[in-house]
Amino acid sequence: MTRFLRLPRLSWRFIPVWQRNYLVWKKLAIPSILGNLADPMLYMLGLGYGLGSLMPDVAGMPYITFLAAGTVAYSTMNAATFEVLYSSFSRMHVQRTWDAILNTPMTLDDVMLGELTWAVAKSLLSGLAILAVIWGLGLYGDFWMTLAIIPVVALVGFCFGGMGLVMNAVSPSYDFFLYYFTLAITPMVLLCGVFFPVSQLPPLLQDVSAWLPLTHAVDLARPLVVGTVPVDIPLHVAVLVIYGSTGYVVALALTRRRLLQ
Amino acid sequence: MLSVRGLTKKYGDTEVVCGVDLAVRRGECFGLLGPNGAGKTTTLRLLLGLVEPDAGSIDLAGLPVPARAREARMKIGVVPQMDNLDPDFTVRENLLAYGRYFGLDRAAITARVPALLEFAGLAHKADAQIAQLSGGMKRRLTLARALVHDPEILFLDEPTTGLDPQARHLIWQGLRRLIGAGKTIVLTTHFMDEAERLADRLVILDHGRVITEGAPRALIEAHIEPAVVEVYGEGLEAWTRDHAGVVCARSETVGETLFCYTADADRVIDALKLAPALRYIHRPSNLEDVFLKLTGRDLRD
Repeated sequence: MTRFLRLPRLSWRFIPVWQRNYLVWKKLAIPSILGNLADPMLYMLGLGYGLGSLMPDVAGMPYITFLAAGTVAYSTMNAATFEVLYSSFSRMHVQRTWDAILNTPMTLDDVMLGELTWAVAKSLLSGLAILAVIWGLGLYGDFWMTLAIIPVVALVGFCFGGMGLVMNAVSPSYDFFLYYFTLAITPMVLLCGVFFPVSQLPPLLQDVSAWLPLTHAVDLARPLVVGTVPVDIPLHVAVLVIYGSTGYVVALALTRRRLLQ
Repeated sequence: MLSVRGLTKKYGDTEVVCGVDLAVRRGECFGLLGPNGAGKTTTLRLLLGLVEPDAGSIDLAGLPVPARAREARMKIGVVPQMDNLDPDFTVRENLLAYGRYFGLDRAAITARVPALLEFAGLAHKADAQIAQLSGGMKRRLTLARALVHDPEILFLDEPTTGLDPQARHLIWQGLRRLIGAGKTIVLTTHFMDEAERLADRLVILDHGRVITEGAPRALIEAHIEPAVVEVYGEGLEAWTRDHAGVVCARSETVGETLFCYTADADRVIDALKLAPALRYIHRPSNLEDVFLKLTGRDLRD
């Protein structure tokens, strides 16, 4: 394993890979957008208004606002994760598109950077759609501050894109991804303050939560929706950057072992 | 154009490629033959710089590989063993997308597309989806795709495996056009007729080693008697016992067939008249006979 591990060589050559994914996506943009966005939106509106009407304010805000802020992070995480799991896996393993690209002057570093940046683009789309709903329903405190959510969304996409690529590298089939969802993604949704404040968890789980990247995504997004400056910005940003870039580097080594030996 | 020395690749304790030397001249069609698992595909991957060798040196179009593999791949077109066309794109879009991976701009690729489609005989399919193409069309498109950046060298990994005879002939026709245009071609195959037809020179690989090399005709002359009579049918055992040793220069029984190698086929056929129940095929010897003599007839899985 260690002989496959090396620092990524980043270059602008990744752009044609990104562009390839974009051109394919453009062909199916409408169903793809609906598929990606309808689900989180329905949860947010259904639970937000349905459950929210039974509840007093949560963490000092109406439940729908609380949930909307959580949904920005959660839906961004999902968009990036689905992209680098199912879609990247199709391209790498099923269609052998990566093999075709690797026969050109592209390197695996380029291909995977293209995939990662494409996952960020899909995340942005997903996050922006939720943000549009937040704007439309007036769920925000300060409009200008909500604009800062856009880079947050990109960062969250980078984080979960990088992590997901590791799963992509080790997966024998699509079925394998279910483990990642049941063991990582779903617990994160429940432990990281998407649906309810982390402070409601038992202390031990609160400690676990502090180490999970989605917690830091939510801690950045929620204040920005409400209209306050997040606390500990450098910490949250660092956690998301570290998870994402470690994921990319490890995924690169694992994929190199998988495809290039 | 391509010079390889002492190329070696191990996986664990297994040497897949051991000490291979190759020299391919500009404008030549060079065959890399061998049974399954002989190390042909691994050799190609090493040449492309996709896999790091454990020992040996590769000089490809004047560039050391893997050190400058990226630049070397600018000059190489690859037709892989398994089709990996982009199923989400049409025929034309496949060429456009592939050209971008070589850093070509849209105008440059667009200008080349009509000629590539014509070469592949796919001008009428420019806007077809990949799923609508036949196996032969997909192969031809893969070949056209490998030419999108006008490479100096083409690597083809078993280009006609899985194709019907008509489709194979179309691919061979295309390859001969490319050879005529001065391209250098490196071809792996386990079809001996393909190698005999196309290759100027070839090596036979077995267990990762080069076991012989030369021009197809010269190899046949060097290793095999000019004619082969394949004999099979009722009473083969008795005939083999009584006559094979006398009339065949060399003979070999494989399953229920006797391969009788000879310079004097008439003598063999006369002897066969004594056993009218036997059936036979008389043919000139070919590369397959060389291949089977050198690599053995045991099944490779």
